[in-house]
Amino acid sequence: MRDLSLHVLDLVQNSLAAQATEIEITIDEDLDRNLLTLCVRDNGRGMSKEQCAAALDPFYTTRTTRKVGLGLPLIKAAAERAGGQLQIQSQLGLGTTVTATFQHDHLDRAPIGDMSLTLMSIIALNEECQFTYRHRRGKREFAISSAELRQELEGLPLDHPQITAWLREYVREQEKSLEV
Amino acid sequence: MKSLEDLKKLRDSARQMMHLREGGDSVRIVIGMGTCGIAAGARETLAAVMQELERLHLYDVVVTQTGCAGFCDKEPLVDVILPGQPRVTYAKVDGERARRIIDEHVVNGRVIEQWVIER
Ligand SMILES: Nc1ncnc2c1ncn2[C@@H]1O[C@H](COP(=O)(O)OP(=O)(O)O)[C@@H](O)[C@H]1O
Ligand SMILES: [Mg+2]
Repeated sequence: MRDLSLHVLDLVQNSLAAQATEIEITIDEDLDRNLLTLCVRDNGRGMSKEQCAAALDPFYTTRTTRKVGLGLPLIKAAAERAGGQLQIQSQLGLGTTVTATFQHDHLDRAPIGDMSLTLMSIIALNEECQFTYRHRRGKREFAISSAELRQELEGLPLDHPQITAWLREYVREQEKSLEV
Repeated sequence: MKSLEDLKKLRDSARQMMHLREGGDSVRIVIGMGTCGIAAGARETLAAVMQELERLHLYDVVVTQTGCAGFCDKEPLVDVILPGQPRVTYAKVDGERARRIIDEHVVNGRVIEQWVIER
């Protein structure tokens, strides 16, 4: 995966596959502490301790019998390459929180990438799921939720091409204004 | 700058242009969003699909996603389902193929056989 926005899209797929109905995405750029934290929390079916450990182990052998099982090992490698780590907290039946940390200014830290395209993809294509996104950078913050979009849209579908175009542009502008 | 306020205006103009969805006779497009799909560019494929639907004012098409289908080397995969017809799955759909599929298959009903995979 080229950048963090693609990892986010991939982590959200895990949550959707675990039947989550609420998914919370947080990017926190703590510039004072030189720390970037990426977090995806869901209320899906969760994992046991054993499943958690197995999910992170790239040498987990039963994986070869499945199609692929690369998502979590990939983001773990991306975090560790940039002086950070990956943590999974999960409880069966309650949900899962995946947290990746990165040294913010590390040369090998992947760029955040295009969050407008990632958010458009998950919000437009998963009408039945509630998403919350929050991006903090220093003292600035941008947040958006599918609930507030739905409220404005009064039943108009989120995959309407005019809405997805608007959403991409809106998120792009908001993300950009965090930078200045 | 755009704001959530824009959605109120968009909502009213957009709604007037949608009729079919309520009838349940919509065309459906399904994008494969498994890890290999994402790595192969499924997100950019989706962006191209939405842009082409907007360009052609095809506001009644339902666009959804699915996970890994086990054809990892053929991603990004895109399914097109016309009302009353079986699902057609296209392989290696980049932005350019996505636009062609919408122009040919969704608009004119002509399947582009050379990009179809058996499943
Ligand atoms: N949010 C989650 N909730 C429940 N189970 C999860 C979650 N994320 C990952 N898992 C489990 O960990 C496994 C490995 O995940 P991943 O590395 O992304 O590979 P894949 O999604 O291809 O199976 C998944 O198959 C699933 O069993
Ligand atoms: Mg995965």
